[in-house]
Amino acid sequence: MSTSLFVVQVFNGLQLGILLFLVAAGLTLVFGVMDFINLAHGVQYMLGAYLAVTFYRLTGSVFAGLLLALPASMAFGLLLEVLVFRHLYERDHLEQVLATFGVILFLNQGVKIVWGAAPLNMGVPDVLSGSIPLMEGLRYPVYRFAIIAAGLAVAGALYLFVAKTRVGMLVRAGATDAAMVSALGVDIKRLFMIVFGFGAMLAGFAGAMVAPILSVEPGMGDQILILAFVVIVIGGIGSIRGAFVAALLVGVIDTLGRSFMTDGLRLFLAPSTARIIGPALASMAIYLLMAVVLAVRPAGLFPARGRA
Amino acid sequence: MREALRSSIDTAVAVLRTLAFGQRVAACLFALLALLPLLSPMLGGSYLLLIGERVMIYAIAALSLELLIGVGGLVSFGHAAFLGVGAYATGMLASHGLGTLSVALPAALIASALFALATGAIAVRTRGVYFIMITLAFGQMAFFVATSLAPYGGDDGLTLPTRTLVLGTRVLKNETAFFYAILAMLAVTYLLVGRLVASRFGRVLRGLTDNEMRMQAIGFTPYAYRVTAYVIAGSICGLAGFLLANQTEFVSPAYMHWQRSGELIVMVLLGGTGTLHGPILGAAAFLMLEETLSRLTEHWKAILGPLLVLVVLFAKGGIAGAMEAWRQRKLTFAQLLAAADGLARTMAAAGVERWRLGSTALRGGVDRLALLAKGATKRAVTRWKPLQVALGGRLVALRQSAERGLALAAARWRRR
Repeated sequence: MSTSLFVVQVFNGLQLGILLFLVAAGLTLVFGVMDFINLAHGVQYMLGAYLAVTFYRLTGSVFAGLLLALPASMAFGLLLEVLVFRHLYERDHLEQVLATFGVILFLNQGVKIVWGAAPLNMGVPDVLSGSIPLMEGLRYPVYRFAIIAAGLAVAGALYLFVAKTRVGMLVRAGATDAAMVSALGVDIKRLFMIVFGFGAMLAGFAGAMVAPILSVEPGMGDQILILAFVVIVIGGIGSIRGAFVAALLVGVIDTLGRSFMTDGLRLFLAPSTARIIGPALASMAIYLLMAVVLAVRPAGLFPARGRA
Repeated sequence: MREALRSSIDTAVAVLRTLAFGQRVAACLFALLALLPLLSPMLGGSYLLLIGERVMIYAIAALSLELLIGVGGLVSFGHAAFLGVGAYATGMLASHGLGTLSVALPAALIASALFALATGAIAVRTRGVYFIMITLAFGQMAFFVATSLAPYGGDDGLTLPTRTLVLGTRVLKNETAFFYAILAMLAVTYLLVGRLVASRFGRVLRGLTDNEMRMQAIGFTPYAYRVTAYVIAGSICGLAGFLLANQTEFVSPAYMHWQRSGELIVMVLLGGTGTLHGPILGAAAFLMLEETLSRLTEHWKAILGPLLVLVVLFAKGGIAGAMEAWRQRKLTFAQLLAAADGLARTMAAAGVERWRLGSTALRGGVDRLALLAKGATKRAVTRWKPLQVALGGRLVALRQSAERGLALAAARWRRR
């Protein structure tokens, strides 16, 4: 286990964690404010990636692709909200799960119809291509650094938005007691729409950012959705701070587990046994983390106030 | 012959009268399923049999999920994991040459029960959305562990050498025998879950769903009851997994895919939660829908998705709920049966008559045949008329109720 490999994997883990945070933040906000469980949030991430690729092909510029994907994914999120989700806020969680599951089936297939089942690719922008040396004999791609930086910037902006602005205050108040906020004369429907569109845009942003480094394919959002669930369960539903900490934890642990679990086990197990158990244990690592956190703090690390 | 038939129908009606509505529906479903192997040669061969098997296997899984969702109020989004654990237990043992019923079936049940105990002990500490997400996460964990099980096929899955041996024989290789074995398992599951729901245990569970605090105040500990329910449901679903592995003679991580868990929830809700015949109806409806749509287009999920949204938005109670509503509109099961009985008798009588006249006519000549056939048709028509009137009335009522529903939906839509 060389140090340089370890450092690279820690950075990869941070990058995954940042992406997870962007997806989980929208999910946890939507849940916290509207008490609405949106399985289709992962689809927003997928759509962000597809929209980025499409705009990239139309304009020929990666930056334009990324920037245009943001309003487009927000618009799509709002469209879904008006068409389907708005009618589900009053229903129980079981029905929300089922309806949003239906939306996933439709959109995953819809993407296949529109863009085809084959994975798409788009290049890294020239400015951000290449790599920078971290230490001797170790270089790390600039684009991945850019993802980490952009994610941290968005996290900071989100914190300022939620903690310092009037809309952010309403969002926080809505997470505590939506009915009371409504009774005080706030147009709760509009607040819901803002939160929903914002969450959709964050997920779309995450998808657009990974489009240059991952293959863009149908169903790519499902995997990240479930990881995002693990993140918000660990962090505490409704808490942005919890989502941030948990996302980084999950990202780093998952990445490190996958790269070093087998080698680590080899220290005290026979190599053949380690080779069998290692990958299995590595894929269980984050779920075990979730189990441990829940055993100690059933409401997550940073439970949002006013919620059992 | 006809006397015997009539008396057996009468006995069946007498038995059915003693049952509740849901049980009658279930009895009819079981009777239909039991007849399927006899009918399948006429209706497309073993293909139908295989679909029937799949329906029953998923009905077992859906019944176990109903125990959690409908009775326990626990929306498990990782239920397919138990299907996979049961299937993998069967497949792994078979690959080591231990594919006998006395080993494989208990192993599948125990393995899924243990998995349910380990995950349930954590998941059941939470409620609501947390529970949904945690069960989803544990299901995904099982999925990834299965994909990394390189010695047992990993991603590609594992082919069973043969179906499970019963007392050293390959009797399950016989498709009809296997079909009836699954049917028997489904019947046992149905009765077992029915007993469980009606027992003190089931009442406590339902009480906890309705008002947890009150149940705690009178001295029940929710945790123990919920974990027990979770373990029971898990091992029943493990049974379905055992059967599934045997049916396909193949085990793969795809059995545990999270969409499979979603589909199980769809079956329960589509059939109608709160009843025990609902999950069976739901499994049948879902699989037949899947079968039909996937034959129509490869993009069948793009049709199924919006359909699910519509079911959630507009059709509460699922199929069982719709049947219940239908029944409340004064159409009792007895009437339906009487109508079917009358229809069958009229048709049989007309058929016999026609055949008798027809054979005479053959002897008499072609022109007489035509004449007599005309007479027979007339007679049949006069016999049909009252029935037609009755049927027509029902059709009008049906159309009216459909129109009312549409108008209601439109009004609701406009209000939005």
